[in-house]
Amino acid sequence: MEELRVNEYNLKDIYTIEAGNFVTAGEASSNIKTLLKRLGVNSSKLRNIAIASYEAEINLVIHSKGGQMELLVSPNEVIIKIDDIGPGIENIELAMKEGYSTAPDSIRVMGFGAGMGLSNMRNNADDFKIESKLGEGTHICMKFNI
Amino acid sequence: MEASIFHSVTLDQTKCKGCTNCLKRCPTEAIRVHDGKAQIIGAKCIDCGECIRVCAYHAKVAVTDPLSILDKYKYKIALPAPTLYGQFKKLESIDALLNGLLNIGFDDVYEVAKGADIITKNVKEDTTIQKKRGPLISSACPTIIRLIQVRFPELLENIVNYISPMEAAAKISKKEFAEKHNVDIKEIGAFFITPCPSKATAIKSPNGFDKSAVDGAISILDIYGSLSAALNMEIDELPKRASKHGVRWALSGGESDALDNGNAISVDGINNVIEVLEAIEDGKLSNIDFFEGLACVGGCVGGALAFENGFIARERIKKLSENLPDAVPYSKEEMAGFDFKLDYPIKPNEVLQLDKDFSIAIKKLEQIEEITANLPGFDCGSCGAPSCRALAEDIVNKRAGEMDCVFKLREKVRVLAQEMIDFSYEAGLDSEKNDKSNNDEEVDG
Ligand SMILES: Nc1ncnc2c1ncn2[C@@H]1O[C@H](COP(=O)(O)OP(=O)(O)O)[C@@H](O)[C@H]1O
Ligand code: SF4
Ligand SMILES: [Mg+2]
Repeated sequence: MEELRVNEYNLKDIYTIEAGNFVTAGEASSNIKTLLKRLGVNSSKLRNIAIASYEAEINLVIHSKGGQMELLVSPNEVIIKIDDIGPGIENIELAMKEGYSTAPDSIRVMGFGAGMGLSNMRNNADDFKIESKLGEGTHICMKFNI
Repeated sequence: MEASIFHSVTLDQTKCKGCTNCLKRCPTEAIRVHDGKAQIIGAKCIDCGECIRVCAYHAKVAVTDPLSILDKYKYKIALPAPTLYGQFKKLESIDALLNGLLNIGFDDVYEVAKGADIITKNVKEDTTIQKKRGPLISSACPTIIRLIQVRFPELLENIVNYISPMEAAAKISKKEFAEKHNVDIKEIGAFFITPCPSKATAIKSPNGFDKSAVDGAISILDIYGSLSAALNMEIDELPKRASKHGVRWALSGGESDALDNGNAISVDGINNVIEVLEAIEDGKLSNIDFFEGLACVGGCVGGALAFENGFIARERIKKLSENLPDAVPYSKEEMAGFDFKLDYPIKPNEVLQLDKDFSIAIKKLEQIEEITANLPGFDCGSCGAPSCRALAEDIVNKRAGEMDCVFKLREKVRVLAQEMIDFSYEAGLDSEKNDKSNNDEEVDG
């Protein structure tokens, strides 16, 4: 997929996300949050990153077959790349719609599946790109200017 | 930075044995043990009192004002925290307690619970208070405010910008007393009877305004004996002051019940509060309008300076407040001239930031990760830091060395010992050779 920008990143971290594992769900975004706080990322921006990365992580847990999140930090920007190994999204436009969700009832009773995740990611990131191929996987890249 | 901020929670060096029990209980990793004694890093401490609760040697103490502070003022007003109501087994009524305070020498009493009623009413009627991203956050517990300053600065904008009931009670009671008795307000001292070290800190170093209207914090434990003896004596019928809701601010959930607007969530115990703040940060609680977080289990009844077990006190307070009115009417004139809002927004505490310079912060972070990866990962605390990661950070900041890790030290000692053995073995072989040659000579001879 098209890279947002090639840059020198001073910090790079990779987190593996397991499908269906609710014990560890949220740990990656929590780590990302802690780390960015230590670096002194502006409060309001941190909030954007926290919300977007949490939604991305949860989507991997509930909708995908697993994948990884990559954090890249440079003095001017934070990039979070999310790549999973399937099943992919058939109609991205539809999936992006607020309120649209394919989450089954078993997931909804857990409080997930409001259908706001992807739109929240788009709204909180300064740049948001998504690509997906059915049968292959979904790739998301979010950029935050700091 | 706030390096010189006053802290109620302090260490009694003579009692500290240098054990590491308090290290891990500290929610902001503000404790280190060096040279056999604990140290509290002032800039990180939020006065939650967790270390006071866990220290078996009572080396962690809460500094409040001594009773002698009362002598500094000609007129003294007691501001009892509603938690005080739950401390006595045989207390017949709230009136009996308020009279007890007069009996032991206060000139007047003003219930902080009434301050709570007034703050509740103001917040309820303030249409400028808007839900930001996520719920509004209560400003009642100073420990939680400090926690947010250190660990959740991005949530500061959600905090209700009103002063605490204690401050409101001090402001109103002093003005009323001065007017009623026609005395100079400077001659009046208002004293909070506190279950809480953090409130003592909040009086000395307020957040959101410059100077507290409260003149001192007296620990419930310090006043307990004399007050017990002065209860249930002759009781003057005092005008009913606080409502049921005001009194129940002492209990977790009390403030939310009093506010009664929209979806509220009340959480007590500092670790529970941290978990829920994390959730708010992630945008998980967008359906909630109000968040009440209290650092102590059960709310202020669980405060570190309370005498009675918090759960027992809770039931007593519920009983004592049962027949109080739901709301106390107060006139607009009564409140005219008072401003209960904070003077300025609460500022973040940047103590967790690794460096002001972003590039240096990144470098430090890399070094921390590298060092952490090399440490055993047991988080045992023997080095005097609460976790291996915290030690790594101390090493990067040149406040500790790798050999502070007992396992690293053991490894090093083992290597050294091995080198010595190898060395003496080699040396030994040489001397053995010599011995042999000597022997040979002897045999030969
Ligand atoms: N990583 C993913 N892999 C496959 N499908 C996804 C993925 N992320 C999102 N989707 C699809 O897009 C829909 C909308 O996602 P989202 O806006 O996060 O809402 P929700 O997660 O509440 O369903 C999901 O219901 C799902 O069908
Ligand atoms: S819950 Fe109450 S007693 Fe405990 S720290 Fe907060 S304000 Fe103080
Ligand atoms: Mg989602």
